[in-house]
Amino acid sequence: MAKRILANGNEAVAHAALEAGIKMGVGYPGTPSTEILETFSKIGGHAQWAPNEKVALEVGIGSAFGAARTIVTMKHVGVNVAADPLFTVAYEKVDGALVIVVADDPGMASSQNEQDSRNYARAAGVVMLEPSSSQEAYDFLGKAIEISERWNVPVFLRLTTRICHSKTIVELNNLSKSTIEPHYEINIPERVMVPALARVAHRRIVAKLHEIEDWACEADSGMTFEKDGDKSIGIITSGISYMYVGDAAPEAGVLKLNISYPFPNKVVKDFAAKYDKVVIVEEGDRIIEKDCRMIGVEVVGKPEEFIFGELDIARTTKLIAGDGSPDAPAPKGRPPQLCVGCPHRYSFQVLKDLDAIVTGDIGCYTLGVMPPFEKIDTCVCMGGSIGVGLGLRHVLPDDQARKVVSVIGDSTFMHSGLTGILEMVYNRPKTGHVVMVLDNSITAMTGMQEHPGTGRSLDHTGAYQVSIEEVCKGIGIENIAVFDPLKEQEEMKATLKDYLENDKIGVIIARRACIIAVKNIIMYNKQNNK
Amino acid sequence: MSNKVTNVVFAGIGGQGVLKASDILADTAFASGIDIKKAEVHGMSQRGGSVSSDVRFGEGVLSPMVAKGEAHYLVVFDKTQVEPNEACLSEKGKLITVDLLDISKLKSPKCVNVALLGVLSNFIDLDVDVLKDSIKANLAEKLHEMNMAAFEYGQSIKL
Repeated sequence: MAKRILANGNEAVAHAALEAGIKMGVGYPGTPSTEILETFSKIGGHAQWAPNEKVALEVGIGSAFGAARTIVTMKHVGVNVAADPLFTVAYEKVDGALVIVVADDPGMASSQNEQDSRNYARAAGVVMLEPSSSQEAYDFLGKAIEISERWNVPVFLRLTTRICHSKTIVELNNLSKSTIEPHYEINIPERVMVPALARVAHRRIVAKLHEIEDWACEADSGMTFEKDGDKSIGIITSGISYMYVGDAAPEAGVLKLNISYPFPNKVVKDFAAKYDKVVIVEEGDRIIEKDCRMIGVEVVGKPEEFIFGELDIARTTKLIAGDGSPDAPAPKGRPPQLCVGCPHRYSFQVLKDLDAIVTGDIGCYTLGVMPPFEKIDTCVCMGGSIGVGLGLRHVLPDDQARKVVSVIGDSTFMHSGLTGILEMVYNRPKTGHVVMVLDNSITAMTGMQEHPGTGRSLDHTGAYQVSIEEVCKGIGIENIAVFDPLKEQEEMKATLKDYLENDKIGVIIARRACIIAVKNIIMYNKQNNK
Repeated sequence: MSNKVTNVVFAGIGGQGVLKASDILADTAFASGIDIKKAEVHGMSQRGGSVSSDVRFGEGVLSPMVAKGEAHYLVVFDKTQVEPNEACLSEKGKLITVDLLDISKLKSPKCVNVALLGVLSNFIDLDVDVLKDSIKANLAEKLHEMNMAAFEYGQSIKL
């Protein structure tokens, strides 16, 4: 009998990756995707954190060009960072499987937006599979590898928060390993996207997508699943929504799209023909609905209310009934906040005392927006604090411009803060600018992951440690100061005041380890003899 | 929702062992050979904010989350979290809160989650020995004794 485990979707993907002989797992941490690579590493796979998702995908592309089975993991907003290589690798030939595992966060449990990655599949022309349970997360990684190697194309495996973080039973079915050893086969026409070759490549990928669509419409492809039901209503759905449909409308006929893109036109048409009314149940954007209309299938879409937030059984019941009235507001729980003893608290007190205008970034320190500090004034994207701060500095009247401070974390600085620092010295605002790096020596918000500044790899063994201050010095920042925000709060405040009042270009590094991570950091460094 | 499924919601504040308790219950159902799904949310919500986790076990579990008004048991580790979560309880659902415990009888306040599992064990249709094994499997060995005592104390409480 196959081994059974109770696993969340992330763990299920990791187990599938190990069994399928994935040779490279690479990504950048981000809730809800983080545990995929952590688990893969723990159970014996090779996994590494890249500085950001763009680099992660590029490393993954190289690995797949070298005929190694590869997974690249990231959260939904990470795909924005990785979009540049994504749209072009879509045209190129991969020899080893290249599976991009993306975790969407409808309802924004821990994200700055709720963008729907299914749009990327369509925009870039990349095949996408959507599991509805941990078992399918496991099985579909195997399917994604199969598709990627058969057609030599990258494939998305799209998870959502409830797939990533819900535990369900998984049977480990011994996925087949690759028989190909990594090697490089020269293939200029399919790997060098200069215009003349890319024009050909674009046609080639569209032709492949047609082939994949035809295959997906075959019954034994496993790319769709149909449950017969009462003739009065047929429901087309995908991913976790399939489970809610089962609870909300047990009598309905259901078509579950395991492949989200390319859209299995023929299967959808045949299904729709059997029912008096076809209702689309989907989280996020109206994508299945639009695809159905494109092929002339008459469907009932969802009221606008359901483009917001995640679905559950109650909302699915309303959606099917066409009831678009807003839900009663959920009772308020206690909001997250900066931990008691968090080193960021001391930095935010300084910013508050100096009445700074604070452009913020993505990390634990975004919680500086909560009382008692309320000292984050903007938050857009990873690394955005610096550029946004500089933009304000350039246009505001001098007295206001002098109050602008960008705050960014250590992991975020490595991810996409470096180019902001370049901009700061290259297009220097008249009033100068100050960046505060709130360095708690770990990627804290996502659950204590390593990055190039910690001096440790994903598995916490030793690695080269990049110095933030040396990088800033090398770029040409004139004033750099490092403080312990707890022990040197007053000195830090005086220095910040000096930089602001005297139109300086400065970086202040507030360095003190995250209070949750510090015990482990000491242990890892001891193990690594640091 | 299926009437062959038992729905339990755990709720508390980050750091109180909410996810640990739901893991223990989920592992117990899994070890008992029945279907089980468990939902939780990681990340931002764990920074001192409200944390909850749903466990559904029985036959043919579909949604991993418990629908509003469908929880058979709501187990609350922090008084402040009763109000934001009580809408999940069914009409005949049972509320099991930390108020039932005399904390001074626990070796550590960190055992509240296991003590409340002890209270819950009087109602649910899962083998107590399997549940105890899951508690041990989920905790470091040095914590076994105090948690077994907490579990048995919880069992002794009658609602």
